[in-house]
Amino acid sequence: MITLTDYLIVGALLFSISVAGIIINRKNVITLLMCIELMLLAVNTNFIAFSRYLDDSAGQIFVFFILTVAAAEAAIGLAILVVMFRSLGSIDVAELDELRG
Amino acid sequence: MPVEKLIFYAFAALMLFAAVRVISVRNSVQAVLFLVLTFFCAAVLWMLAEAEFLAITLVLVYVGAVMVLFLFVVMMLDVDYAAMREGFARLLPFGIIVSLMFFGVLFYILRDRFFGPENLPPPPPHGADYSNVEALGEVLYTEYFYPFEIAAVLLLVAMVAAISLTFRGRQQRKGQQVSRQLQAQKSDRLKIVTMASESPRKATPEPAPTDPEEGQS
Repeated sequence: MITLTDYLIVGALLFSISVAGIIINRKNVITLLMCIELMLLAVNTNFIAFSRYLDDSAGQIFVFFILTVAAAEAAIGLAILVVMFRSLGSIDVAELDELRG
Repeated sequence: MPVEKLIFYAFAALMLFAAVRVISVRNSVQAVLFLVLTFFCAAVLWMLAEAEFLAITLVLVYVGAVMVLFLFVVMMLDVDYAAMREGFARLLPFGIIVSLMFFGVLFYILRDRFFGPENLPPPPPHGADYSNVEALGEVLYTEYFYPFEIAAVLLLVAMVAAISLTFRGRQQRKGQQVSRQLQAQKSDRLKIVTMASESPRKATPEPAPTDPEEGQS
């Protein structure tokens, strides 16, 4: 039988991988956005596992709203990315220093 | 080993492999495709946890909409991905160390002592007459109706924001600009030149009236 620990460990591994991805690919905005999506996926997996093992559908409702917010975040993030590429000609995070005092 | 557990481990391993490829692959298009694979495997895991509606939503909304949006943007932008990976090798050990430490802390909390099968035994699986969509809909449209409406408005706001961020206005638009129309002065448009009256060849006594010459500036 699949235990709750299995789900939680998989979620923790996925979250750790995405943390490593944010540290490694810290220049590329597209990869950073994808790592955030991976983090949200790990968190959602935890929510669903707890919803199953506590037999409470509130966790799945939470995942539903997280999916909504993540879709909105991805759309706006990509729009910002396109605007940034238009004005800077690059998607390097290090070049986002217009507001330097 | 029951077949359920076998499926779980196979797809969990595939998901983690795909996630590692997402953060390590050189080409961003391949990274997005590996992310799609990750989402598919996660959908299988969610399906095993009896969250059928969300598993299908993950495939439809995430793979079908969000990842396609990612693919569009990645293919539309002409980015030098080789230059983007500068510092990859330098940051790699640091990233691995931080990630291992992170996982160590999480593992300390999440191991069997707290969430093991003796503390939280898996509930019996639902019967064939159980509908996950029905169960979710019953709480979503009653108890969580207000957050549901707010989520709808949030999606609308996100749509307006994304469009207004990237919309550059129509090129070569033929509309009027009222402020420029109101700012126009008479001197911008009309120029009156006074010139000496020319004597006509025929000896007519009356002088020609000075024509106001109209010219556009």
